[in-house]
Amino acid sequence: MVFASAGPIPSSSLSLSAPLQIEAVVKRFGQVTAVDGITLELRSGECLGLLGPNGAGKSTLIRCIVGRVVPDAGRVAIFGSPANSAAARGALGWVPQEIALYPRLTSKENLESFGRYHGLAGTGLQQAVAWCLDWASLQDRAGELAKNLSGGMRRRLNMAAGLIHRPKLVLMDEPTVGVDPQSRNRIFEMIEKLHGEGTAIIYTTHYMEEAERLCDRVAIVDHGRTIALGTKDELVQNVFASRSQVLARFADQAGGVGAWVEQRGGRLVDSTAQFTVEHPTEIAGLLEDAARAGLELVDVSLRRPNLESVFLHLTGRELRD
Amino acid sequence: MIIPIIRTAMISLRRDRAALALSFILPITFFSIFAVIFGGRRDTVPKITVIVVDEDQSQVSRELVKGLEREGSLVIRTRPVSNNKGVQPGEYTAATAEAAVKAGDVPVALIVPHGFGENPISFRSDQDRPTIQLLNDSSDVVAWQMVSGLLQKVAMTSMPAVMAEQGSKYADQFVGGFTPEQRKRMDAGLEQLRQYENREAGNGENATSNGPSSGGIVAVKTRAVVGENKNNPMVSFYAAAIGVMFLLFTASGAAGSLLDEADSGTLERVLSSRVTMTTLLAGKLAFNTLLAFSQLVLMFVWAWAVFQLDFLDHIPGFVVMGVCTAFAVGAFGMLLASICRTRAQLGALSTLVILIMSSVGGSMFPRFLMPDAMQKAGLLTINAWAIDGFTKVFWRDEPVSHLWPQVLVLLTIGVVLFAIARKIAERWEYA
Repeated sequence: MVFASAGPIPSSSLSLSAPLQIEAVVKRFGQVTAVDGITLELRSGECLGLLGPNGAGKSTLIRCIVGRVVPDAGRVAIFGSPANSAAARGALGWVPQEIALYPRLTSKENLESFGRYHGLAGTGLQQAVAWCLDWASLQDRAGELAKNLSGGMRRRLNMAAGLIHRPKLVLMDEPTVGVDPQSRNRIFEMIEKLHGEGTAIIYTTHYMEEAERLCDRVAIVDHGRTIALGTKDELVQNVFASRSQVLARFADQAGGVGAWVEQRGGRLVDSTAQFTVEHPTEIAGLLEDAARAGLELVDVSLRRPNLESVFLHLTGRELRD
Repeated sequence: MIIPIIRTAMISLRRDRAALALSFILPITFFSIFAVIFGGRRDTVPKITVIVVDEDQSQVSRELVKGLEREGSLVIRTRPVSNNKGVQPGEYTAATAEAAVKAGDVPVALIVPHGFGENPISFRSDQDRPTIQLLNDSSDVVAWQMVSGLLQKVAMTSMPAVMAEQGSKYADQFVGGFTPEQRKRMDAGLEQLRQYENREAGNGENATSNGPSSGGIVAVKTRAVVGENKNNPMVSFYAAAIGVMFLLFTASGAAGSLLDEADSGTLERVLSSRVTMTTLLAGKLAFNTLLAFSQLVLMFVWAWAVFQLDFLDHIPGFVVMGVCTAFAVGAFGMLLASICRTRAQLGALSTLVILIMSSVGGSMFPRFLMPDAMQKAGLLTINAWAIDGFTKVFWRDEPVSHLWPQVLVLLTIGVVLFAIARKIAERWEYA
C-alpha cells in the first residue's frame, strides 16, 4: 500500500503503457488550489475508486483527465498520450455525473449521435449501438425518447453513451446518483461486466460500499491531494492496523454522552459512539467506565473497520459543502 | 400576505437582469425609435429626391422647376451627383431619369415635355396639351403621391403670371375678349406680376408647403416604371421584411441549443469526443443556415401560391439572397448564444436586439419613410441589406450580378459574427 506524497515523482517510475498516468498535477482557480500535486497511476484492467469529500478536488481532477481543464503544472497521459489529444479522446470514455443526453432523441439516436462524434459509421456504428443497448439492457427501449425514460434507464443510457466507441479506459463520475437500489444493482452488474472484460475504470462515488464492491484500489483525495492509495484491506490495515471498532449506543443521548465519548478518545457518529480497540478484551473496561459515568448502555458491537471508517478517519467529520 | 408576495417578486425581478431589461429598456428603446421616425424633429423629416428633366426649357417650365426647388420637402436633381470634383455631369434626359428610377436611385422623376410652356395649365380636360410625365417606383407608395400634389401646388403658387395670362386667354375665347384699354391694363398688370415673381425667386426663400393643393391644373401622367407589371406590389417587400425578422428569432432560438447542451453537460461530453469547438459551432451554423433558408423558401412559396408573387421567374436571385441572408442570420444567432450565459438571457437579449434591428432595418416599416440618419443607421443591420437584395430581385428584376454589394456585406457579416462567436465560445472549451 502507498500513502501518497504531495510531491512529484520521477517520470521514470511511471509505466508508459498504463491506461492513465497523473503526474504532479496542479490546478489553481484564482487563490484556490483545487488540485495540489496529485500523482496517480491506473494499472491495466484495474478499477480505481476515487473518493473524497465535496470540494476535495475530485471534479477538477476528473476534468483534467478528460481534457476539459488544463493543469497549471504536471501532466496527465492516457495510454501515453496527453489528455485531450486525439489519441487520448479515442481511448477514453467519459460518463459524466449529469445526464448528458439529447432529451428529444431516442436511446438509439443518442447512441448513434455520440458514436458519430467519435468517428464511427456504418456497420461499426450499428454494432456499437447494439452492444451498448445490450450492455445497458435497453434493447426494448431503443426507440424511446431519452426524456421519457425512467431515471434508472436514463442513467444506464448515459453510461452507454460514454462507451459507444468501446474505450479501453472509462471514467465514471458518480454513475449511481439518484437511482433506486434495483437500478443501482443493475449498474453494478454492468460495471462488473465491463471490468471483467479488461476495461480500466476510474470510479468516483460518495458511497463507500460501492467502492468496496467495485474497486480494486481506492484513492482518497482531500484538499487537492491524494491522502491515501491502496486496496481496501491495505487502507484499513494502515489506518487501524489490527485494531477493531467498538460501536456502542446509550439510552440518554443528552446526558453527557458526547463529552464522555470524547474524553475516552472516541467519536459520536449518528448517535453511535465509536471507539478503536487493540483487543476485544478492552471492551469490558470501556463498559465499566460508561457505567461509572452513569450512562445506560442499550447495545454494543465489535467490528473490523471498513472503508468508511478509513475515509472518516482520514478526512474528518466536519461538514463539507 | 400580499406585501410579502410583492416583496419576493420585486427581489426576484431585481436579480433577473434579463427580465429587467425587457421590462424597462425595451419599451424606452422602442418608444425612442418610433418617436424619431414618426414624430421626430423638423430637421429629421425625410425629403423626397426627385429628378426633373426640363425638355421644354421655356420660361414657364424654368419657373416650375424653380418652384419645385423651393419646396422644402423635395430635393430636386437635374443632373447626377458628381463623383469627380470639377467635372460637371450632363443633365438627366428622359431615358436616364427613367433608368435612375428603375435602379432605385430616386423614387420619382418628372419629365417636363417640349411645348409645356405654351399651354401649361388648363381648367378643363384637354387631351392635346403637353403632359408632364411622373415616373415612379411603386414600391414607394408615398413619394409619388406627395410629388404629384406638390406639383399642382407649385403650379398654383409659383406661376401666378402664367395663370393670369391663361385666364385672359379664356376670357378672349369664351367672353369675347377685352377692350383695348382692358388689354393694356391686363398686360401692365401681368408685367408687374412677372417682376414680382422674379424678385421673389431672387430672394431664394423656400415656399412653405402649408395649405391644401388643388390638383389638375397641370396635366400629369403618372407611370410606374418599376413594378408596373407586378401582380401584388408590396408582397415581395413584406415577404423579405417579415421573413428576415422571424429568421433572426428562429436563429437565436436554435443557437440556444448550445446553452441547453452546456447546461446539461452534453456540450462537455461532445467536446470530449473527436468534435472540436470549431467543428461544433460550424455544424450548428450550417444547421441554422439551412433552417433559415427553409423558412425563407416557405415564406416566398406561400407568397407565390397565395399572393401571386412572381417567385418562379426569380429563383436564382432568391437562392443567392436566401443563402446569404440565412448565413448572416445563422451567424448572428450563434453570436447571441455565445454571449449569453443562460436561456433567459438569450431570450431577453435576442428580443431586444432583433426588435431594434428590425425596426431600424426596415422590417417593420420601409426605410424610405425614415429620416436620413435612421436610414443610414439601418445599413448596420442584416435586415436592411437582406431587404434591399430581395427588393432588387423581386421588385426591380435586376440580374444576379447586381446583388454583389448585398452578397458581400451579408457574407462578411456572417463570417465576422461567427469569428467573434468562436472567440467567445472559448469559455466553454478549457478552464
